[in-house]
Amino acid sequence: MARLIRTEKEVEGRYEDVWLVVEEDALEQWPAGPGEIVGRPAQRVTGPLRARGEARYTADIRLPGMLQAAVLRSPHAYARVKKISLEPALAAPGVRAAIGPGEVEVLTDEPGFQGQAVAAVAADTYWQARAALELVEVDWGVREPLLDPDEAVRRGQLVGGPSRYERGDVDRALAEADVVVEAEYRTQTVLHNSMETHQSICEWQGDRLDVYISTQSIWGVRDEIAAALGLAPDKVRVVCEFMGGGFGSKNGANDHTFVAAELAKRTGRPVRCALTRREENLASGNRNATIQRLTAAAKSDGTLVALAGEFVNATGWSGWASSTDGPMQMLYDCENVRTTLYPAKINTPPMKAFRAPGFVEGTFGLECILDELAAKLELDPLEIRRLNYASSAADRPLSSKNLMECYRRAEPHWQRRDEVRARSEGPWQRGVGLASQVWYGGGGPPSYAWVRLGSDGHATVITALQDIGTGTATAMAQVAAEELSLPIDRVDVVLGDSARGPYAVTSAGSSTVPSMGPAVRSAAAEAARQVIEIAAQRYEQEERVLSLSDGQVVSSDGGSWPIEDVVGLLEDAQILGKGARGPNPAGMQVLTFGVQVAEVAVDVETGEIRVERVVAIHDVGRVINPLGASSQVEGGIIQGIGHTLSEDRLIDPQTGITLNQTLDAYKLPTIADVPEIVTELLDIPDEHLTNLGSKGLGEPPIVPTAAAIANAIRDATGADVRSLPISREEMLRALAEAREKEKREAPATV
Amino acid sequence: MPELRINGETHSVDVPVGRTLAETLRNDLGLTGTKIACAEGHCGACTVLLDGVPVYSCITLVHTVGEREVTTIEGLREHPLVAAFVRTDALQCGFCTPGQIVSASALVASNPDPSTDEIRHAMAGNLCRCGTDPKIEEAIATWQG
Repeated sequence: MARLIRTEKEVEGRYEDVWLVVEEDALEQWPAGPGEIVGRPAQRVTGPLRARGEARYTADIRLPGMLQAAVLRSPHAYARVKKISLEPALAAPGVRAAIGPGEVEVLTDEPGFQGQAVAAVAADTYWQARAALELVEVDWGVREPLLDPDEAVRRGQLVGGPSRYERGDVDRALAEADVVVEAEYRTQTVLHNSMETHQSICEWQGDRLDVYISTQSIWGVRDEIAAALGLAPDKVRVVCEFMGGGFGSKNGANDHTFVAAELAKRTGRPVRCALTRREENLASGNRNATIQRLTAAAKSDGTLVALAGEFVNATGWSGWASSTDGPMQMLYDCENVRTTLYPAKINTPPMKAFRAPGFVEGTFGLECILDELAAKLELDPLEIRRLNYASSAADRPLSSKNLMECYRRAEPHWQRRDEVRARSEGPWQRGVGLASQVWYGGGGPPSYAWVRLGSDGHATVITALQDIGTGTATAMAQVAAEELSLPIDRVDVVLGDSARGPYAVTSAGSSTVPSMGPAVRSAAAEAARQVIEIAAQRYEQEERVLSLSDGQVVSSDGGSWPIEDVVGLLEDAQILGKGARGPNPAGMQVLTFGVQVAEVAVDVETGEIRVERVVAIHDVGRVINPLGASSQVEGGIIQGIGHTLSEDRLIDPQTGITLNQTLDAYKLPTIADVPEIVTELLDIPDEHLTNLGSKGLGEPPIVPTAAAIANAIRDATGADVRSLPISREEMLRALAEAREKEKREAPATV
Repeated sequence: MPELRINGETHSVDVPVGRTLAETLRNDLGLTGTKIACAEGHCGACTVLLDGVPVYSCITLVHTVGEREVTTIEGLREHPLVAAFVRTDALQCGFCTPGQIVSASALVASNPDPSTDEIRHAMAGNLCRCGTDPKIEEAIATWQG
């Protein structure tokens, strides 16, 4: 029977009460350690389709009669459309429709950033649509853009109120501290650059709208479009079977989807709207730049007594305040903490979530200033972290925390320090640094799954979830196979279609596996229970003596029957198990933790930096697929190396125009930039967290990488780098500053 | 009307001058295994072979292909590299993967036992935003099983 309960739902630290239907009693967690399938390396179930070029991404969908759209985007950072004429475009070859400001809400006549959508055209071919855009006549009134986030804060121009947090008495603690360090850190704007750009195809079927979209959130897109167009939610069907990366940027419908829906309505044809790479790097979001003015204070024994930070997020024309202040509030046991966060509204493209938004930036500042403090106190950086270990969150108990064990596992890597430094030679100075990680990742309800078991003894997991490349489908297959005692090649996973499966969670916030895994397990358990009930009746056994093992129903008296014989009684019909994600532990906070140790070499003459080795030790509860998990960790670290050393979205400070919109000018890491990466996952199930004990892993590995590298650079050279990316210019500036400081502090000689 | 030799078959394609090979493969011939991620020759997702040499098909005009044999991922589906990429988990979202495998196939054809440096040199023109690079290196280093 369906049981309705009231429970807490947490998304990246924000709690709300929700109603939840739970359909059966909770299952006991599996014992710690690998099972038959869960906890053992599994090849990606979609691997062959993707590797053979058979997977059909949104980019590959071609519907009969499909038109192509192109969007006219503002060439100015801040402007007003005084007059616009679509007529010449409508008369161009192949053009079927054109829309301008106000004809759909996402098209504006007052763009606030370069790249904001103003008009759109649908034509028989993409190049016809692009050519027609050139004919649209616009009379622009160009305005003076505001590009300096500090100036926006001074003017009170914010996208939301400043958020303030204080515990204890920071001013008193600072006055009484033995050592105080103050420093300003800066992080740059980083572009997601998913390989598949944002794109959608919209097709109306009467009053129903089919949306094929590259998305991380099938249900979020459904609800957003339904609300905007005044449709009942299930009149909108959202499909995303294969998806070419998102990293946080694809949680919404975005302008291109609304443009495609409107043009499809006007033409009666399916319409595709796909961003070019250059549009992607203007209009699809970014990790916003930050300025962090931080203070850390300690007693002479290293006990932290105060942490304070003023954080300015260069949010852009719209967006939300990602939690740059979060790590400072959460990572250490410090009685006195004060943070202020200003989300500045400026004439740059809006931010979107990007893999641990806010925490990547905030961890860079916090974990660097902690090492600056340790250097001043002449304390070992690993020791100061242990000394100030927070055994619970500030306001509620943690469901589990094994960061101290991560530190213990980091020791042998940290102890390589002397040997690494000793390999310094000529201009190449070597050093080791570390940084800790805290992030969310507990997932939560609601999330649902079905498991269908056919008479051939094959199971199908059905849920309207998207696999954004993280290996979700594989993890779900493993969980179902483990519960059903089937080999994994007898479990299929069908996902990616809001009309063909139950509600599933958004793939964001490291929540997919911890939200969906328990739902899939409970669905599989429900199917397994039915198999046993049927077998008990057919073979005249008591249910309590029957269990599933190795594809068989086995009896404690030695009898056994293949599952396909039992389900085969139903002929073409199937058993259907339904499962729901249960609630998170009431009153507790679920967090992920970890530590990374980086080894670097710095050429002190040229400022060149090479990352030579990164060790990642994370605690994310039970690990479902160690192979896929190691890939996730490597990917996070490589993206981290990108924003630490080379990636930087550049804006012309006069006009607000983005100068590097291409993958040539915007420097992603290549295979030649990748260091040795060592992954260690503790694999300790969180005993309080659902029937799996698994937390999410998508985001934790990118969080501490930049700070670990910057701290390794300090270890190698004595220089305090405080700005990302650590370009050669920044490296040489920090080296010169370190030399000046050394001169000033050296005893006078005669 | 140019004739193209693709994966051992001959195709007549009636497309205007100026069309790229990538667009022709994907839009005119339905060979969507070749991906377009930047459309301006920067990322390698669209890599195909012309007479065994990897090229970016998004900046190769179809009328310049001539007699050369075009090999796309559809022609390499049984190549041992495909199994090696799956075995080593050398793909995440998979959008760059066909291009990676096409590039790697050219490398191992001329150099069946490439060193780490040779792999990195040959593959640096294929970007992977998911960061599967260590696994790609492993897949190519162990492609023969």
